Amino acid sequence: MKRPYSVKLDINNGSVNMTHGSGGRAMAQLIDEIFVHHFDNELLRQYNDQASFTVPDGRMVISTDAHVIAPLFFPGGDIGSLSVHGTINDVCMSGALPLYLTAAFILEEGLPLAELERIVASMAAASRQAGVPVVTGDTKVVEKGKGDGVFITTTGIGMVPAGVNISGDQARPGDAIILSGSIGDHGMAVLSSRENLSFATTLQSDSAALHTLVASMLEVTPSIHCLRDPTRGGLATTLNELTLQSGVGMLLDEKAIPVKPEVMGACELLGLDPLYVANEGKLICICAATDADALLAAMRKHPLGRDAAIIGHVIADDHHLVQMQTAFGGRRIVDWLAGEQLPRIC
Amino acid sequence: MCLAVPARIISLDASTEMAVVNLSGIHKEVSTVLIDDAAIGDYVLIHVGYALHKLSEEEAYRTLAMFDELAQMNEAEETLDEIV
Amino acid sequence: MKFVDEFRDGAIARKLAKTIAETALPDRQYRLMEFCGGHTHAIFRFGVQDLMPENVGFIHGPGCPVCVLPKGRIDNAIALVQQHDVILCTYADLIRVPASAQMSLLKAKADGGDIRMVYSTQDALHIARAHPQRQVVFFAIGFETTTPPTAIAIRQARAEGLNNFSVFCNHVLTPPAMRTILQAEGGASAHIDGILGPSHVSTIIGSQAYAFCAETFHVPLVIAGFEPLDVMQSTLMLIRQLNAGTAIIENEYTRVVTRAGNRKAQQLMAEVFELRPTFEWRGLGMLAQSALKIRHEFADLDAECRFNMPAITTADVKGCLCPAILRGLNKPTDCKLFGTVCTPENPMGACMVSSEGACAAYWSYGRFRRETTKQEVAA
Repeated sequence: MKRPYSVKLDINNGSVNMTHGSGGRAMAQLIDEIFVHHFDNELLRQYNDQASFTVPDGRMVISTDAHVIAPLFFPGGDIGSLSVHGTINDVCMSGALPLYLTAAFILEEGLPLAELERIVASMAAASRQAGVPVVTGDTKVVEKGKGDGVFITTTGIGMVPAGVNISGDQARPGDAIILSGSIGDHGMAVLSSRENLSFATTLQSDSAALHTLVASMLEVTPSIHCLRDPTRGGLATTLNELTLQSGVGMLLDEKAIPVKPEVMGACELLGLDPLYVANEGKLICICAATDADALLAAMRKHPLGRDAAIIGHVIADDHHLVQMQTAFGGRRIVDWLAGEQLPRIC
Repeated sequence: MCLAVPARIISLDASTEMAVVNLSGIHKEVSTVLIDDAAIGDYVLIHVGYALHKLSEEEAYRTLAMFDELAQMNEAEETLDEIV
Repeated sequence: MKFVDEFRDGAIARKLAKTIAETALPDRQYRLMEFCGGHTHAIFRFGVQDLMPENVGFIHGPGCPVCVLPKGRIDNAIALVQQHDVILCTYADLIRVPASAQMSLLKAKADGGDIRMVYSTQDALHIARAHPQRQVVFFAIGFETTTPPTAIAIRQARAEGLNNFSVFCNHVLTPPAMRTILQAEGGASAHIDGILGPSHVSTIIGSQAYAFCAETFHVPLVIAGFEPLDVMQSTLMLIRQLNAGTAIIENEYTRVVTRAGNRKAQQLMAEVFELRPTFEWRGLGMLAQSALKIRHEFADLDAECRFNMPAITTADVKGCLCPAILRGLNKPTDCKLFGTVCTPENPMGACMVSSEGACAAYWSYGRFRRETTKQEVAA
């Protein structure tokens, strides 16, 4: 369908202004030349306000996320790729195969079009690589000062294969706790590009879509008890959530938890604990102890699970504490995070 | 109080008295105003963006050796116990 | 990490633990105060207590600059932001500390206050250069380790003619606080047998600064490195001294601590700062000659001269046992508010606000011990 725009968008010099959100021709052109151009799929090209499709029989999963990260671009990713990966991961942590994504953008007046295009192109690449298209969306513009450049909300749907019943309340004493890889990469990569805390590093965000890893795990062990990706608040927060949901405790082995040397160095410098630093491409899997070895082997065959390790076990505990045997030989609690983890001088 | 961590100087700018240090692959710019005769390759203690003091590698190894002596003493005792 | 990981070796820890158990005499208690909040944090984070015999206990000292900062000083800083529209630069440690009227720097920021977290005084200078039209105040806290960086920033601001920069100085000193703890007698005494001296304060002030512990109070002190093996080795050295009845100052952290300390840093501090006659320490009261103020020669860089900052005294929450805990007289679990009303999310007193405060460390890392003991008692 040929669109009636006299002049193409000036991506290099242009910026978002209020008319781009007013529903008129300017907005249509923005959508066409940036969003539809990059996301480019059959459903989107129907230009309806909704996407319509049939789904296989079974249990559907739906999940939504708002993304407000600053800075917008960081080593290994940007707000765009992060939002695609984040929602795909939330969907697939139920065991579901992700099918479609939606994306709503709140753009701040003054956002350079070049930055917007960069973000959308990155989202499109992530979506294509994952095989999960963005089939519908929305665009709004807010006045300068009322948004951090861009906020993105993504929603995803997927279908759970028959016989799979994964939920946070399924952990049982004796279960093994498996972590898919090193922790803290994302949080420290983002921190490294923040003003006032900047340090030079080759660390990249680990932002990645985990659905093919999950699929390969389910092939080996359909009866996985729990799956969750430790994002904000880090591994510690996710494990505490699970102990509460399942009414159990946990005992971890610090030596078994993979942490990259650079993450350790950056954390030591700033007085941060890697257990509380965000990840965007890792998952926690809780399974029956007898299934652990087979699962671990399957994970290690997958590019996103090469450093997978059994990091502890579920135990009975009325206080629902996550405890850890330190590499040093003592024991400590891995508590809930109190507020945001901040660098310290003491 | 006072979180400080040892890092190795990898470059120096004498005019600004700033250095870049390496800690496990992390590079950070720090001030060397508090140190005399900072040199590339030196280990320094970093606190809030400043090098506070040089770390004596000799003393570090001596301290570690002290721990190790202890370990060997313990092992010798254990061996003795086994013999007896 | 070189010169860090080697000092966290679990195998050596086990062997040291064995030696400590064999050296500690079974018929006595060893009450050792780790003065520094960083040591408190390390002891809990690595679980060092688990490797000690029953009769060796750590008493947590007041070496936590966030914990001992009076609420009124935070009120002053918030007022600066709200009434004078300054850009307040602060170390992140202070951001969540509760001040009066349910306020904090975090809440003041949410209300629109321009409060910026910095890693270094260098960052604060950078902000001042970038905003010549705005007043920029650096909220300085810390013991002797953190004081030289502030001195450098003040001198640099003077040299550059950075007229919009000033410092709100709250630097405190270690020896006076130690003296106060050791001076307490009778019921007010924590009966401390020995002291684990601070690691990084000592790189600046040197081992010679602690002579009074031995000479005046006959209490042995071992300057302990920051890593858990350092803490264990230093504990062993204290136990040996106590067995022998000696009271001398020893240095375990020889890789960065010397007798004289960092002379250059001391000179810089002396050039920029002088002693306040007295200063309020949260939990310890008014201590004479225990804190620093900016010298008259640098008064133009002193926020307390540039702005009107009235002294604000506030009372601690009723039932809060921080004063006793900071002096080593009580444990966090002795406090009725601990874990009920007072938690890291909702701190009532000094010891819970900082991650190094005794109560925060105990709650976040070690409260399972209490639970285990309770279960054992019940069983």
